[in-house]
Amino acid sequence: MNKIIELKNITKSFDGEVVLNGINLDVYDNEFLTLLGPSGCGKTTMLRIIGGFAEADEGDVMFLGERINDVPPHKRNINTVFQRYALFPHLNVFDNVAFPLKEKKVPKAEIEQRVHEMLDLVALTGFDKRSVTTLSGGQQQRVAIARAIISKPRLLLLDEPLGALDLKLRKDMQVELKKLQKATGITFIFVTHDQEEALSMSDIIVIMSEGCIQQIGTPIDIYNEPTNAFVADFIGESNILDGVMLRDKLVSFSGQQFVCVDKGFEPNESVDVVVRPEDVDIVPYEKGMLRGVVTSVTFLGVHYEIIVDINGFKWMIQTTDFVDVDEQVGLSIDPDAIHIMKKSKYSGMFGDYSSFSNELDELSDAESESVEHED
Amino acid sequence: MRTKATRLQKLLLYPYGLWAILFIVVPLAFIAYYAFTDNSFAFTTENITRFFTATSSVTAEDGSVSEVHTYLLIFARSLKLAVVSTVICLLLGYPVAYIISRCNARLQSSLITIIMIPMWMNFLIRTYAWMTILQDTGILNSALTALGLSPLHIIGTESAVVIGMVYDYLPYMILPIYSVMAKLDVKLIEAARDLGCNGFSTLRRVIWPLSLPGVLSGVTMVLIPSVSTFYISQKLGSGKFFLIGDAIEGQYVANNLHFAAAIAFVMMIALLTAMALLRALADRKVSGRS
Repeated sequence: MNKIIELKNITKSFDGEVVLNGINLDVYDNEFLTLLGPSGCGKTTMLRIIGGFAEADEGDVMFLGERINDVPPHKRNINTVFQRYALFPHLNVFDNVAFPLKEKKVPKAEIEQRVHEMLDLVALTGFDKRSVTTLSGGQQQRVAIARAIISKPRLLLLDEPLGALDLKLRKDMQVELKKLQKATGITFIFVTHDQEEALSMSDIIVIMSEGCIQQIGTPIDIYNEPTNAFVADFIGESNILDGVMLRDKLVSFSGQQFVCVDKGFEPNESVDVVVRPEDVDIVPYEKGMLRGVVTSVTFLGVHYEIIVDINGFKWMIQTTDFVDVDEQVGLSIDPDAIHIMKKSKYSGMFGDYSSFSNELDELSDAESESVEHED
Repeated sequence: MRTKATRLQKLLLYPYGLWAILFIVVPLAFIAYYAFTDNSFAFTTENITRFFTATSSVTAEDGSVSEVHTYLLIFARSLKLAVVSTVICLLLGYPVAYIISRCNARLQSSLITIIMIPMWMNFLIRTYAWMTILQDTGILNSALTALGLSPLHIIGTESAVVIGMVYDYLPYMILPIYSVMAKLDVKLIEAARDLGCNGFSTLRRVIWPLSLPGVLSGVTMVLIPSVSTFYISQKLGSGKFFLIGDAIEGQYVANNLHFAAAIAFVMMIALLTAMALLRALADRKVSGRS
């Protein structure tokens, strides 16, 4: 496959603060790639460097094999959907979408035809004459997308484009964006801090933290094989424990030994152990590989989310079996549910549910209820 | 709670409302009243007619004598100088306003202060200062002579009047344009670049149309006082360029209050019409429905 973009050792700092630190990334033709990370991780800066709105301090930006560090934005065959759309308020829907074509002096009849095709594609047929300021958020979003892809760029950059939409609309737009990407064959680089959005839309996810790429992989790889505690915690829910790899396929944590499927570690190497909440089975106390006390139960419709205290470490478990608070339960974990990671600077920072927010929610709910009773 | 706030708002409007009625509406009514009455306050259109029909003979530089419509000529001359000054103010002020609006916040407020400093000085003093600069033996010509260049004759020419007007009114052009530009979303400029515009094209297709409301205020605030100015032309034009403001002042001083009011009235109507046309034109461009 063709490489559309290659970032080679990109470094960028603002006022002495490093925002991007030695970024290397290849983006291939026809890929839906997501840059995912918490705010301040450098993902937007990376997008701006690719778009030409920021300059890398060091490193090369290659577009279709050519170095484009010094090429201004208007000469790059790359378009952007901006965070708050940045539609031109003095132009109507038609003129916004036609904007790039008029700049290229495309004949009027062709502009007319292409704009209408685009408006049909984004389900805004008949909106030509409407002022963009009277459109809803979702409609503005579609105009922004139509405007960005009408000149058939090789690469489309999307900077948190769904951030301003409400949940329902966001879900719809996720599906539509994915369809649009497949239909047009344009490579998408999508920036978001929403892990669910990233998992459901992307071919490839790039997880970033503190200016560095933590992991690059398909959504399934990243969920099942996180490389470190940061990724394991950021994508989905994870119980992350300190463990010791006794030998290939045998790990010890929480004072017990477990058979696992990972290998290739040094004998007795300290590791981080990840167990996803949905991979833990609740079993009778005496049959448990681990034993503990239930401290909280939250009903979430599809399943219960329960917190189990095992020797002071709070596990999160998702189960369809009902258990009661203060009940003593046993836990059973299959070998392939255990994922072993090398120690990293993020070890010990994530993965314990002692300060789990649902418990706090319950506390405040109880308080507000008691206030009501006083009346 | 809400009605209270509204009542307070209404109350706060009274002082300015009173001011506006006393010092804006009443005087305007008086001008209209005087314009359409004679010395005994009987209704007449004679003053207005006189503005359009009065003639006088003018001796040109080559000695030929011609008959002209006195006040129409004066009005045309005033309008010409005012338009020239306004255009120069716009050409000078627009880039300045744009550059200031792109500076960081602290630098912006310093630069705006610098632009406003001349406004702290009295208008008459500023005009006198220009006289000493532009005189045939003034500062400018001394400097030119010292540099071995030939001196320029500026004082008493239309150029001198235009220089004075531009200097006095430039801040009124810069400030409204700047305040619109400062609110312009940088993302719109980035979007234009992203969609294929080079620097000039971004200016023409995005920045200029979005700054039109500021341009319009600026043009209004420069054009109107420059059409009616009288002091600058007397001092810097050495009294050779009788402008409409000078005509009004002259009639007023000569105690021809009714005719002075008629000149003011015609000028006002002409300016209001011009501004309404400009605004309609700009609105059509800004609303995106063209």
